Amino acid sequence: MGRRTPLFALHESLGARIVDFGGWDMPVQYTSQIAEHHAVRRAAGVFDVSHMCVVDLAGERSGELLRHLLANDVARLQTPGKALYSCMLNESGGVIDDLIVYRDPGVPGVAYRMVVNAGTRDKDLAWIGAQARPFDVGVRERTDLAMLAVQGPQARERAVQLLRTQDEAAALALGSFSGAQFGEWFVARTGYTGEDGFEIMMPAADAVPAWRKLNSLGVTSCGLGARDTLRLEAGMNLYGNDMDETTQPFESGLAWTVAMQPAQRQFIGRAALEPLARAGSPRQLVGLLLLERGVLRGHQRVATSAGAGEITSGTYSPTLERSIALARVPAGAGGDVQVEVRGKPLAARILKPPFVRNGAARIAL
Amino acid sequence: MSQVPADLKYTASHEWIRTLADGTLEIGITDHAQHSLGDLVFVEVPQAGRQVKAGESCAVVESVKAASDVYAPFAGEVIAGNPALADAPETVNSDCYGAGWLYRMRVAAEALAAAGLLSAAQYQKVQDAEGG
Repeated sequence: MGRRTPLFALHESLGARIVDFGGWDMPVQYTSQIAEHHAVRRAAGVFDVSHMCVVDLAGERSGELLRHLLANDVARLQTPGKALYSCMLNESGGVIDDLIVYRDPGVPGVAYRMVVNAGTRDKDLAWIGAQARPFDVGVRERTDLAMLAVQGPQARERAVQLLRTQDEAAALALGSFSGAQFGEWFVARTGYTGEDGFEIMMPAADAVPAWRKLNSLGVTSCGLGARDTLRLEAGMNLYGNDMDETTQPFESGLAWTVAMQPAQRQFIGRAALEPLARAGSPRQLVGLLLLERGVLRGHQRVATSAGAGEITSGTYSPTLERSIALARVPAGAGGDVQVEVRGKPLAARILKPPFVRNGAARIAL
Repeated sequence: MSQVPADLKYTASHEWIRTLADGTLEIGITDHAQHSLGDLVFVEVPQAGRQVKAGESCAVVESVKAASDVYAPFAGEVIAGNPALADAPETVNSDCYGAGWLYRMRVAAEALAAAGLLSAAQYQKVQDAEGG
C-alpha cells in the first residue's frame, strides 16, 4: 500500500482506478481518461494533487537562499503572491527537480512557498535543507495541506463558489501566475494543463467537502491519466520523463526558465551551464506530431537528418486526435523524421510545442 | 463486474473466441481486457491470408496509456481483420463482444483442440484470481 491523500476514500467511492504514482495510491481515471481530458479543455475538471510536496520557507534570508538554489531568479517576483517556475539544479547543471515558488504567500512568517514533485520529495527536502542551513532559513513541509487543481475555461468561475462571498471578486481578479491567501486557503492561478484555472491549497479536512461541492457545480473529477495528456498537449515537461539529473535545462526546452542575468548571481549549476549558454546545447527538446496511425511512446528512437534522438514522453492527443510527443534530438534537427514504433519506421514531424492551449490547436495538422 | 458471455470460449490472456456459422472463428478481447486497457486509440489487426502460429502476436490494441499485443490462441489462417477499427478503435470499448471483434481465422480441428480454450466459467475464475 502506498501513501494516501485525504481524498483517497472519496476517489474509491467515485469508482476511480487507483495506481501507484511515486509511492502514492492515486486515481488514474474515474470513467474515461479521454472524457476527463475533454472536460478540462471544454468546461472544468478537478484533480487531486495533494501528493505534491508543499514547502514553506521562513527567515530573512529566504530570498537570498532561493537566488542561490534556483536557476530562475526570484528577484523577478515583484509583488506578493507572484509565482515563478524554476528548475533546481545540481552542480553539473542536471535537474534535481522542477518546481513553482510563490513569494509572500500570505501565511504569517512564511517568506516563500515552494511546490515540488511527489516522486522527488525525499531528495528535494534533503537538498533544500542542506542548502538552507548556512542562510539560517527554516524549511517546513506542509503535510497538513491538501491541494486541488481546478482547471478549464469554466474552472475559476466555479471554484470561487467554494470561497466566502466576500472573497470571490478578489480571487477572480488574481492575475496569471499569482496567488493569495483567503482564510486558510491559498488560491493560485496556476496549473499544468494549458487551461486557465486555480491550484488551491487547503487544510486536509476541507478537501472532501470542496471536491463534492465542485462536483455539484458541474466540475468533472479527473485522474492523473488526463493530467498527463493535458500537460503533454500543453508542451509542459514531466520530471523524470523529459528531464532529470542527467540532463540540463537547455536540452530540456527550459532555457526560458534559466536566468543567466544578472551575471553575478551565482546559482547552483551556473558554472556548468555557462559554456552551454555561449556555445549552444548539443541537444534540444522538440515536439513531434505523428503523421501516420499509431501511438508515440517514451524511449522510442527518432531518426533525424542531424542524427538519432529519443522520445521522452509520448501519447495520444485527445484534442488533436493524433499522436504527439516530446523528444530529445540533436541540435539543428527539424522537419520530417522517422520514429521506430513497435519495429516499424513511422513518419513524424518536428514542431515547436505547445500543441494545444486554451482549448485550441496551436499546430497545423 | 465485467461481462463474460456463456456462449463464447476464452483464453487466460483475455481473448474470446466465437464459432461462426461457417465454422470459422472470430476473435476479440474480453470486457475485462478492454476495461483494464481504458480508452483505445489505435488498433492494428492482421491482414487476410496471414498464417499465424499459436501464441504469435497478431494484433495490437493501444490505449492512451499503453500498447498491448493480442496473441493468436491457435495456429491457422487469418481470413479477415475487422476493417472498421482503423477509424473507430473505441468500438472495442463500447462493444467488445460484437462490432469490436478483431479478426477471423480458419483453423484445423486438431489445432483448435490443442488450444485448450476455457469455458466462460473457467475464464471467470481466471479473472477472479487476478482480482478483477
